Amino acid sequence: MDPLIPAEEEGFDPLREPMSVAAQLPPPVRRIAVEEAPTVAQPPAAGNGHVAPTAVAALAKRMPRADTAPLERMRTEALSIAYGQKLAVNQVSLTVRQGEVLALIGPSGCGKTTLLRSLNRLVDLTPAASRGGKILLDGEDVDLFDVTHLRRRVGMLFQQPNPFPMSIFDNVAYGLRERGSKKPSKRELEPVVVAALERAGLLEEVKDNLDHPALALSGGQQQRLCIARSLAVQPEVLLLDEPCSALDPISTQVIEETIVSLRSEIAIVIVTHNLQQAQRVADHVAFMYLGDLVEYGEAERVFGSPVAERTREYVSGGFG
Amino acid sequence: MSTHAHAPAPPASGPPSLVHRRGEESWSRGDKIGVGLAWAAGILLCALAAAIVLYMLFRGLQYLSLTLLASHPLPSLDQTKSGGFLDPIEGTVILTILGTAIATPIGVGIAVWLSEYARPSWLARAVESGVEIVAGTPSIVLAIFGLLVFQQSVFGFLSFTAEGNAVFGRSFFTAGAMMALIALPLIVGSTREALQSIPSHVREASYALGKDRISTIRRVLLPASRRGIGTGVTLGMGRIVGDTAIVVILLGASQQIQPENGTPVWGLLKGTGSTLTTYVYNNSPAGEGGAPQKAYAAAFVLLVIVIFLNFAVDLIARRKEPTWTR
Repeated sequence: MDPLIPAEEEGFDPLREPMSVAAQLPPPVRRIAVEEAPTVAQPPAAGNGHVAPTAVAALAKRMPRADTAPLERMRTEALSIAYGQKLAVNQVSLTVRQGEVLALIGPSGCGKTTLLRSLNRLVDLTPAASRGGKILLDGEDVDLFDVTHLRRRVGMLFQQPNPFPMSIFDNVAYGLRERGSKKPSKRELEPVVVAALERAGLLEEVKDNLDHPALALSGGQQQRLCIARSLAVQPEVLLLDEPCSALDPISTQVIEETIVSLRSEIAIVIVTHNLQQAQRVADHVAFMYLGDLVEYGEAERVFGSPVAERTREYVSGGFG
Repeated sequence: MSTHAHAPAPPASGPPSLVHRRGEESWSRGDKIGVGLAWAAGILLCALAAAIVLYMLFRGLQYLSLTLLASHPLPSLDQTKSGGFLDPIEGTVILTILGTAIATPIGVGIAVWLSEYARPSWLARAVESGVEIVAGTPSIVLAIFGLLVFQQSVFGFLSFTAEGNAVFGRSFFTAGAMMALIALPLIVGSTREALQSIPSHVREASYALGKDRISTIRRVLLPASRRGIGTGVTLGMGRIVGDTAIVVILLGASQQIQPENGTPVWGLLKGTGSTLTTYVYNNSPAGEGGAPQKAYAAAFVLLVIVIFLNFAVDLIARRKEPTWTR
């Protein structure tokens, strides 16, 4: 039996525990956590663009999948988005499933962030933006949702860590407060806050300092706090917009592990410029170019034997 | 956990091309003259500031005494019996508090609207111009305008009224309202700058948690702008403390605070009084009074208050707060 499974079932994730604990675990875990971790930011291999699986990629494949087959949560149908006259996303149809991580890759300006931001209707805030086609959450058109309700179900993490200027506790509790007329007390909120911090892998570091200002944390901790803040409102879909691009390799690794561990409960879409990151965390990959969805498929297939010429060039580092 | 490959240490001495890069000999004559003039201008300003502070310190401390600070001004030509300037100090404090209390919510509100809503854009441009016009209007003009407005019978509840409903129009209320106008542009400017320095992804992070604009403004943006608001309010206080024209025209020019009979606080604010600026003016040789010593002493107190406020602005603006990357 895979040594990770029982640990997982007990809510115990060895990779988030201090190294002394990880060191006592069976060899596979130890090797990943202790020895191979720094290989996260390795350069792409030359040639056909097929990069040897890294530690996290190996882990990603090893992590237990959700009990059921991936479950469709969101879908775009012929989605087009334009800023004024400029078409940013052109007729894209995609499926977002719970139980897997979908990575959107492509060169800068290809529309992947716009596509991501349309899923929780953040694009609506841009005055010049217009949208065609449909976005469905559990089969319902997102335009029919109250937008604040939609955004609680579809959380988002940004490129730059952006905790609010308040305490760590208040940051995580932020989304829970002012829901409805009655205000939850701190005592009611505490278990939720603690659970969210735990799931984001930050609890150990901050549990004694929950009242400290969040902006005093390090960049990687801030980003994990932002994950905890999103998780606290129990989203069903989580959108990640290059969440690690401002972080160091170690923080990146921690966040990638968190992403992978969350995918069984939450449908995850990640936009990334980092192809290795897409390889490590993604189950499905969508390659976009100039607003078009060029290729979509399982990560191994898209990276290993891409069909489209553009994709082949991009994943082999030919442009971008 | 990992062993990093260290880059080879740089050589002890820099490359030859960098060695004399900033040498004086490379400066042209024009540069040297320009730098000299800039130095001279800076030194001159320092000297001027030092002269003002030292002179007022010398003159002020020469005449200042606790009795002056703690006694009411009295209408007497004999300067040994004309009292001190307790009332003007109180007047300055009341007017400053009242002015900022009116200006802060309005100014912050305008700044929030300009920074976060600003639709339709023609209205935003109009509001911007309005703020600029108020900022550029001399306070004596604001004062005359205020007198005109507050003498209307609708505003009778803000000042003394005489028989036959003639409205006096001069009170702490009316002066405070106009003082709010001179502080307002500073509060708007400083708050708006602070709001605009918050990266847009911070707002979006709040929207992405299902919050609407109002709770984002209240819980995230305004707390993040505390420093800017504080700076604006303190600068505004400085303007109010130092203004003379509005006090002369709108505060009734009674040396002592003259509250209206009735409810204590409301009656006080409906009443008249004076501030340090008018006290200085009235007692200086330029004004009617012949008590230059008391004018110097009061001017010194005024200068101390203003310097203290400037210092507070510096303190607030310099406070290091962690912030976001854009």
